[in-house]
Amino acid sequence: MINSPYIRKPASVQGVMLAVLTALIPAIIVYASQIAAVVLVNLAIATIAALAGEALVLKLRGRPLAPALSDLSAVVTAWLLALCFPPILPWWATVLGVLIAIIAVKHLYGGLGQNPFNPAMVAYCAMIVAFPALMSQWPAAGQLDFATQLGLVLGGARELDAITSATALDTIKTGLRTAGATVQSIMSQGGNFGLVSGRGWEWLAPAYALGGLYLLARGIITWHMPAAFLGTLAAISAAFWLTDPAHYASPLFHLASGGAMLGAFFIVTDPVSGATTPRGKLIFAACIALVAYIIRSFGAFPEGVAFAVLLLNICVPLIDMNTQPRVFGHRGDKAR
Amino acid sequence: MITRLFSFKGGVKPESHKNESSGTPILTAPLPKRLVIPLRQSIRSTARCLVEPGQKVLKGEHIGEGEGGLGTSVHASTSGTVVEIASYPMAHASGLETLSVVIEPDGEDRWIDHTSLDLRTVSREEALAWLRGCGIVGMGGAGFPTHVKLGGGRGIDTLVINGAECEPWITCDDRLMRERAPDVLSGAMILRELIGAKRVLVGIEDNKPEAIAAMQTAASGLGDDVAVVPVPTLYPAGGEKQLIRVLTGVEIPQGKLGTDFGVQCFNVGTANAVHRAIRFGEPLVSRVVTLTGNVARPGNYEVLLGTQVSELLALAGPKADTDRYIMGGPMMGTELQSLSVPVTKGTNCIIAASPALFPPPPPELPCIRCGACARACPADLQPFELYWFSRAKNFGKAQEYHLFDCIECGCCAFVCPSRIPLVDYYRFAKGEIWARERERQASDQARERFEFRNYRQEREKEEKAAKLAAKAAETRAKLAESGEAPAPPAEAEDPKKALVAAALARAKQQQAAVMPKNTDGLSADVQAEIADIEARREKLNPQDADKAP
Repeated sequence: MINSPYIRKPASVQGVMLAVLTALIPAIIVYASQIAAVVLVNLAIATIAALAGEALVLKLRGRPLAPALSDLSAVVTAWLLALCFPPILPWWATVLGVLIAIIAVKHLYGGLGQNPFNPAMVAYCAMIVAFPALMSQWPAAGQLDFATQLGLVLGGARELDAITSATALDTIKTGLRTAGATVQSIMSQGGNFGLVSGRGWEWLAPAYALGGLYLLARGIITWHMPAAFLGTLAAISAAFWLTDPAHYASPLFHLASGGAMLGAFFIVTDPVSGATTPRGKLIFAACIALVAYIIRSFGAFPEGVAFAVLLLNICVPLIDMNTQPRVFGHRGDKAR
Repeated sequence: MITRLFSFKGGVKPESHKNESSGTPILTAPLPKRLVIPLRQSIRSTARCLVEPGQKVLKGEHIGEGEGGLGTSVHASTSGTVVEIASYPMAHASGLETLSVVIEPDGEDRWIDHTSLDLRTVSREEALAWLRGCGIVGMGGAGFPTHVKLGGGRGIDTLVINGAECEPWITCDDRLMRERAPDVLSGAMILRELIGAKRVLVGIEDNKPEAIAAMQTAASGLGDDVAVVPVPTLYPAGGEKQLIRVLTGVEIPQGKLGTDFGVQCFNVGTANAVHRAIRFGEPLVSRVVTLTGNVARPGNYEVLLGTQVSELLALAGPKADTDRYIMGGPMMGTELQSLSVPVTKGTNCIIAASPALFPPPPPELPCIRCGACARACPADLQPFELYWFSRAKNFGKAQEYHLFDCIECGCCAFVCPSRIPLVDYYRFAKGEIWARERERQASDQARERFEFRNYRQEREKEEKAAKLAAKAAETRAKLAESGEAPAPPAEAEDPKKALVAAALARAKQQQAAVMPKNTDGLSADVQAEIADIEARREKLNPQDADKAP
């Protein structure tokens, strides 16, 4: 017998995932038109790898294929990875990364909803540790024609210096090691910088933000995490920048660079591996921004969002346990 | 009086489906062929039967006497003959049976003599007893006796009259307010007088403009401190605690009564019943029931309590593809196990359900912790955490996360994108916790009884011994008085000591006999088997045997 309630809102996991995919479309358009069209190929490769990997594990686990494959959660992971990876990453590396995310991080923990870590971020970190060279080869926006890009993705010879350049974060980081260099002097050299960050690349930030606003409007995500993440990142970077503008990049640079916007709206907000209470969400996202900034400015890696997310994933049970909201009628109770 | 509205967190907006049944006036349902009147009409209490089979009764005649603190009287809903007193299923998810009086109507529907009660001439207690005698209970569903709710009333500031009717499909309160607004308000004034409230707030969801208009018109002559307040349509705004929150800003915690916070809340149907009971002396024998859903003629009917659902449904004409019936609303109602169940004081609606109107839920997916349930929860709980704990049977943790603050309104399950029947998990967890609590209480009681029995036996023995010793001393004293040689003092102590020692030894022996050993009460076969095992064990462990003394 079915018990009450007998009516349900027409909501589904598939619907949620579809909204996330839809929200990524503006950024994909900017990426494909301004930076490297081959990202579309990468998205396709990642999608196929994710679905095939998920189907394989489901088969091994003796679970029905249709419900899990059609929930689109694997596709979301695949797309996020394809957008995080360098666009000229060889196809096999993309496949490997996606399989790590789907098989090791998602299904070995029990599948949808069970993984304590963000699958895309674990895979990203694993790849950056395993293939540091491949993972740091980024083309300048619009530098390569599509045939060259495709050739590289399909495993063509890589003449690295000719085809790649450092990302904006990387350029600043390595540039500052030279004596006498300032953020301003680095940014005024070379044509790799646009208005506030990497030329071409910086336009991804508003595109991700647009998608994020769509998710907010649809009620798929709440304001807490993006606000706390971006607010904290802006506040810390502003503090350092105002103290020493020669050696610390501006808040605007930090917000428009690397994975900040993608992270704020699509990575940090992963419901499965993130904090769930309103206060917990604020703490969780603010701490990610803090750790990410520390890694960016003082760590060994140019970008730190992925590592920060994983570090905070570990803290989620602690955060949730200690930020339980006040229950109706328990006004005087001690907050836990 | 201008009322500032408050809000509660969460809530959902399901399609209201009120128009189906709200357009037509309340019709009086024809006399049914028979009435099955359950003696259990108020919460947790079954009335004592006062009639016998074959007895003629009049409409409104007292047929069941309420027992215990939560008991209320039960009355015959029409005139006729009692044909049977037997257990019949009542409207409950489990199809529980309850003792019921079956009446065959004589068709005359003749009232017993009844007169109004002049509140000015009686004490408050007498008025409450009158309501108890009229069988007045909350008509919103829970069936809590009205006189009990009124009984706590000292220092009440606000009387809230609940006309929110937030569940989809149900329109009985809507029609009642449209058609009998003066009666409802008259009842509200009586309730107000009985609890001494300063102001009266009637909360009605703003999707019922006609009801609001009718009530406002009726309330216009009642003074400034009576207000009909439209509240935003947001399920579950009609939940008692939610409506009190919206109208007064007061949050009543789980397990507490409104009285403690200076607020008391009654349903509009209850107010109407109180009006009939006081002004006309009519006991509660009928109520308005909405028949809706997959039926040809949806509408509201004035139905005699005890009318079986099957007879009632004929009035609305269920369509061919109806596959089940829901009593109550679609958010909190229960599916009827049998159509022979009778209408009771808390029956507000019967919905004919078809797969088209109420499609079966799609398959359940894993929880993705999206938090949609937490945002919808009007009790500010974290439903997904409660779900994880209930699923893992981690009941302690579930209670720590305030499982019992859950009002089972269904908002969480309504919004869940993984279509998890969340409320089922909470019902399961609550049931398990109650069962364990009962078990624990039962074993505690048994242990206490046993310990007290031992104590009592020992005490009795000691008292007896002391009495005997006293008697012996008395005898000795008498003997001494009569000139006999006094007994040596050592000897004088002896019989008393011996008696006490014997009593203690007996008590010990008895205690040993009562305390079961796990080898007691075994059959000969089993004992032989145990002996065998012991023998084998000794053979296997000769060193143990050697060590043994």
